[in-house]
Amino acid sequence: MEMPTPNPAILAKKPRLVERLLRVLPQDAVIHLEAETRAYECDALTAYRCPPMVAVLPSTTQEVSDILHICHEMGVPVVPRGSGTSLAGGALPTADCLILGVARMNAVLETDYDNRFIKVQSGRTNLSVTGAVQENDFFYAPDPSSQLACSIAGNIAMNSGGAHCLKYGVTTNNLMGVTMVLMDGTVVEIGGAHLDAGGLDLLGVICGSEGQLGVVTEATLRILRKPEGARPVLMGFDSNEVAGACVSDIIKAGVLPVAIEFMDRPCIRATEAFAKAGYPDCEALLIVEVEGSNSEIDEQLEKIIAIARRHNPVELRESKSADESARIWLGRKSAFGAMGQINDYMCLDGTIPVSQLPYVLRRIGEMSKEYGLDVGNVFHAGDGNMHPLILFDANKPGDLELCEAMGADILKLCVEVGGCLTGEHGVGIEKRDLMVDQFAPDDLDIQMAVKDVFDPQWLLNPAKVFPLAASDARRAA
Amino acid sequence: MNMITPRTEAELADCIAGAQRPMQVVGGGTRSVGTTGGVVLTSRGLSGISLYEPGSLTLVAQAGTPLAEIEAALSTEGQRLPFEPMDHRGLLSNTGEPTIGGVFAANVSGPRRIQVGAARDFLLGVRFVDGTGRILKNGGRVMKNVTGYDLVKLMAGSKGRLGVISEVAFKVLPLPEVMVTLVIKGLDDMAAVRALSQALGSPFEVSGAAHWPGQGTFLRIEGFAGSVAYRAGKLREMLGGEIEEGAQRWAGIRDVAPFHGVAGDIWRLSVKPSDAPEIVARSGAQEALYDWGGGLIWLRTAPGTDLRGRIAAFQRHATLLRADAETLARLPVEQPEPPAVATLSAGIRAKFDPRGIFVTHTDVPQATLS
Repeated sequence: MEMPTPNPAILAKKPRLVERLLRVLPQDAVIHLEAETRAYECDALTAYRCPPMVAVLPSTTQEVSDILHICHEMGVPVVPRGSGTSLAGGALPTADCLILGVARMNAVLETDYDNRFIKVQSGRTNLSVTGAVQENDFFYAPDPSSQLACSIAGNIAMNSGGAHCLKYGVTTNNLMGVTMVLMDGTVVEIGGAHLDAGGLDLLGVICGSEGQLGVVTEATLRILRKPEGARPVLMGFDSNEVAGACVSDIIKAGVLPVAIEFMDRPCIRATEAFAKAGYPDCEALLIVEVEGSNSEIDEQLEKIIAIARRHNPVELRESKSADESARIWLGRKSAFGAMGQINDYMCLDGTIPVSQLPYVLRRIGEMSKEYGLDVGNVFHAGDGNMHPLILFDANKPGDLELCEAMGADILKLCVEVGGCLTGEHGVGIEKRDLMVDQFAPDDLDIQMAVKDVFDPQWLLNPAKVFPLAASDARRAA
Repeated sequence: MNMITPRTEAELADCIAGAQRPMQVVGGGTRSVGTTGGVVLTSRGLSGISLYEPGSLTLVAQAGTPLAEIEAALSTEGQRLPFEPMDHRGLLSNTGEPTIGGVFAANVSGPRRIQVGAARDFLLGVRFVDGTGRILKNGGRVMKNVTGYDLVKLMAGSKGRLGVISEVAFKVLPLPEVMVTLVIKGLDDMAAVRALSQALGSPFEVSGAAHWPGQGTFLRIEGFAGSVAYRAGKLREMLGGEIEEGAQRWAGIRDVAPFHGVAGDIWRLSVKPSDAPEIVARSGAQEALYDWGGGLIWLRTAPGTDLRGRIAAFQRHATLLRADAETLARLPVEQPEPPAVATLSAGIRAKFDPRGIFVTHTDVPQATLS
């Protein structure tokens, strides 16, 4: 993956930059020794690494404003960082950049149950937002699988989803307002405790802008009352097509499950060997979870099971207890770990129309044979968000490149059938160069024009999202 | 009035690229607060459903497709627009045919907004023509999409200021099996908003929470029969009231029926729900209707009232939806933005429409210049 060559003129400014930063920040918030900046050399896309010039860990919006003001004046690129869990390289540094980490900004600022929102500093982790309200039986809905570690700042940057977004939506549907610092240090407040302000929906475009428009320091988030309970049903089918048709019928029937998870045979076998959850040995497996009181759950599961029976399932296992629910989820939750036991893997994130599931799964199977790489599919079927896991051997020369080429082909297939490159992980550097497969040059230009407004000098996370060739003129200006 | 009605997206692009004068962009024109008195460009010539997959809960249509046509197609499959767009015609005494493009361009949502989200939350993809005549697209037709910037959200609610939407792709949901309304009588505004808050903070999934002073306080519960009976029963235990079959009265709440044909200015306020009763008390309004658990307030005031001045102490967003020309010339329709935000909005507008082709009646001074 190509990154811009570090600018020697910027590297030469390091001593002056550190000196200025130390005037506005405590000493322990400025990390500039080479041994220490290495801690920020990558995010969860670990194949790519580069220590930044400097990293800073501010504690307040004012400090963030001071930092950005200095970098703006000195022309230093800034890469914002939440918890560094991006799978797309969204927080990958360049050697001439400053990493602005919000991890120390983790306070809860306001909790309001009457109006159902919480206001937090953006470095707070996703799960600890729910942690702050769960004693009153409330929760924050978006639940990316990295939720123990990932920050709200990163969730906003990537518009993160999760297993339960079929019912509750993704970050953008649960974000009510932000305090954001622009690259020149200006602090703006957008949205708040009220819904749907008029004017242009700036909040909507900030969410998912991958840290390229500003640094979000505080967020107002919608919180919801916890349902009384939740239970899954597991069903096995003897073909992907049938499982796909069953998903479609469930959705059409008006049942709104919180999650519909799908696993194919390679994935079922791997997780069985690893977690021994007692899954049936079949072609495709669905886990459908519904919420409500006990009787409401029974009512919904009865409808779902009736639909499933029409598709001749080879297995149908309805949970009747917390224990049985845990066993049904066990395999699904260990799927990534199980695949990792077999080999290194690359996890894709393309999304497709639900109607295209059988076709796309068949094509992925064919590609697997063509490339000679095994693929397991485990994903959020209700909204068509695929997660093909391509297995490769990192120690075998050429295998990573082969895997990346196959990954690109799968993503192009997703676009071809009416889908997109990424459903919840973001573009970062990983899918940056594939953007031309989804967008025409003008479509990319109008997106970049939005960045021109927020960050005219292209100093914020500049080498991400857009193909380098497309953003070249803007970054050089 | 000079009205331009392109029949294809390419024609639309040509007509914008070749435009010499500013234009006001409309769909069916049923939600327009005012007029520039100049050229009007309508998308209603771009009509038709191009794709409807009930099993994927997605529909793609040309922007000018009548809303009624969309709703008819959905109802044959037992589905609906979940965000329940209001019909502005009664409130604004407008005529004409609402279009699906207009619904999204104005981000129009009704009572169910508090449960499922706004129009913008259901819009999956757009095609549009910017102020230079370029045909552009963003988003797609899938439920989850973080590929590039979310200009879909930016176009939703842009009210013809950034471009002319030519096609929309959106998510729909199945119709519920049963709907009921819990009707609670005799609550004052403060007690009503408190009751609505309690209901919305319960696990019993309310799809409408409104207070119509003098008429009652209303909670709508939808879903499968057994579940609806259970939840409505639980809410009644909590709050009292009577359970009414069906949800007939919600169209009136959605369309603000009490204000139809009654004189006075009409304001739409988005507020923190618990602030709502005090805002209403201070507003001096002649009549009020609370929706979204108190988060949305409709107010009817004496003509020419500067409502924003009266409630300056509260965090809120106030839109002046109906007033005479003299008042509209004096008071901005949209809530004025703080300077730093206004700079960003103006910057975006200048990028999407560098020649200033797209004007609203708020921009009348520029429009009359040319």
